[in-house]
Amino acid sequence: MTEPLLHLSGVHTHIGPYHILHGVDFAVPAGELTMLLGRNGAGKTTTLRTIMGLWQASSGRIRFDGSDITTRATPDIARAGIAYVPEAMGIFTDLTVRENIVLAARSGPVDKNRLDWILGLFPALKRFWNLPAGNLSGGQKQMLAIARAIAEPRRLLLIDEPTKGLAPVMVRSMIEAFKALKASGETILLVEQNFYAASALGDNVVVMDDGRIVHSGAMSDLVADKDLQQRLLGLSLDAHQ
Amino acid sequence: MSDMAAQSSAPAELPRAKTDWLPLLLVPALAVLALPFVGSPSTWVTLTVAGLAMGMMIFLMASGLTLVFGLMDIINFGHGVFISLGAYATLLVLGPLAGWATADSIGLNLALLGLCILVAMGVTALAGAVFERVIVRPVYGSHLKQILVTMGGLIVTEQLIHALWGASPIPIPLPQSLRGAFVLGDIVMERYRVVAVAIGLIVFIGMQLLLNRTRIGLLIRAGVENPEMVEALGYRIRRLFVSVFIAGSALAGLGGVMWAFYRQTLTAGMGMEVMVLVFIVIIIGGLGSVGGCFVGSILVALVANYVGFIEPKLALISNILVMALVLIWRPQGLFPVARR
Repeated sequence: MTEPLLHLSGVHTHIGPYHILHGVDFAVPAGELTMLLGRNGAGKTTTLRTIMGLWQASSGRIRFDGSDITTRATPDIARAGIAYVPEAMGIFTDLTVRENIVLAARSGPVDKNRLDWILGLFPALKRFWNLPAGNLSGGQKQMLAIARAIAEPRRLLLIDEPTKGLAPVMVRSMIEAFKALKASGETILLVEQNFYAASALGDNVVVMDDGRIVHSGAMSDLVADKDLQQRLLGLSLDAHQ
Repeated sequence: MSDMAAQSSAPAELPRAKTDWLPLLLVPALAVLALPFVGSPSTWVTLTVAGLAMGMMIFLMASGLTLVFGLMDIINFGHGVFISLGAYATLLVLGPLAGWATADSIGLNLALLGLCILVAMGVTALAGAVFERVIVRPVYGSHLKQILVTMGGLIVTEQLIHALWGASPIPIPLPQSLRGAFVLGDIVMERYRVVAVAIGLIVFIGMQLLLNRTRIGLLIRAGVENPEMVEALGYRIRRLFVSVFIAGSALAGLGGVMWAFYRQTLTAGMGMEVMVLVFIVIIIGGLGSVGGCFVGSILVALVANYVGFIEPKLALISNILVMALVLIWRPQGLFPVARR
């Protein structure tokens, strides 16, 4: 396994009176796609938001690329090279597709070759380029959210349930897009409930339950072990195909 | 703007966003509808120009508040104090340069108005920075506290104005060239109102260009909708909040100058007096929408003028009626701004 780009150790997060994360430990290796799995309410979204600084960890440490980012503000974490696609996608619906992407390119003009590559990944966005993003379907909004996250090269992508609520054909498109992103060397931490999609993409897997990490390892090991799937996730890969 | 590559990669035949023309058509429709009731075309033109001028002044005073509300979710009942402060700041210029107001030179007269505007915007921007830091920042997220605290800030600042300039109304002279009216046949247009229309249009076009053609404008529009996501993209929304609050205060100061010369009298409460109107137009326009604020201001002012002429007894309730009708038609205002 390569040197981890992101490392969480003993992270606890409280939201108001609720103790959500209970000492979360895991690592995301550079250049690989790590799946974060778990049932609803397991703490996956809270983990991503805590990494992004949208909710502050009450204790523990988050290291990114050798630096401690635990207490940094969200814009500083983003500037360090982490892109975030929230579960609700966070699309600016009053802005056009173009303006959404322009805004994501903080350091200046969107590189033409990169934009061509992005629009190659998500060709549907071309058709709506100058229309308000609010006109897009759920799947197209998800494409835009991911396109925005990769408008500039980032060190790490945090993506929260990108296939949630999408039609099967859209899920397949999304899987192909993630495969292309993986092939380009992006480091990705992907929260997913669709085990079929997760197994098709993940190099590594981290499973959460009740705010704790209950399993981490190679995705291939989890795919091969149906008993482990049943125990950790209450499902098997067959049921999701 | 830094999106040339983004522009060039997109096919040319792509569909463009449809403009929502209906609210824009309200203004000409209202004007045309009023014509037979007013009767005389020359009176109608006079009333229309006067209404447009009044609308522009209301827009100048309200545009900052709608941005502040839209972006920061702050209900600033103290906004009126920046209108009063801007108006009183004219005294800083009119004192030493009183001769420019009476000079028979349009250049000097307009330069005086320009200087008054610049000084007022500077003073109110500074006051806005202090107001945001001391009064508004501690109550982010709590509307009830915002209403109470900003009202308190308004009262305190009004008393400071009394302490500095006295409690009595202060007359101010309109620069010589801006007095009187242009007369075209039977049509009479007050010069100052024409200048007000021009300044209002310049500010509106400037704001539209800023909001739609610059990255800072994109950030403001995005921040109105989803400030958390703007932060997650790496932008410091707090700085943007403060900048918009300061700019909104400066715009109110500009509106205050225009309002002061229109009334030709300064009172500490003059800002507070127009706040009901200001709130009506930002609600009609759609909270956070500059275009909506512009259309709403003109609509309210035209209705007030036409109704005041046709049926003076109804003039007092005409604004409320307009607001009620618009909200029945579009409950989120003429140009609703999407929010998270």
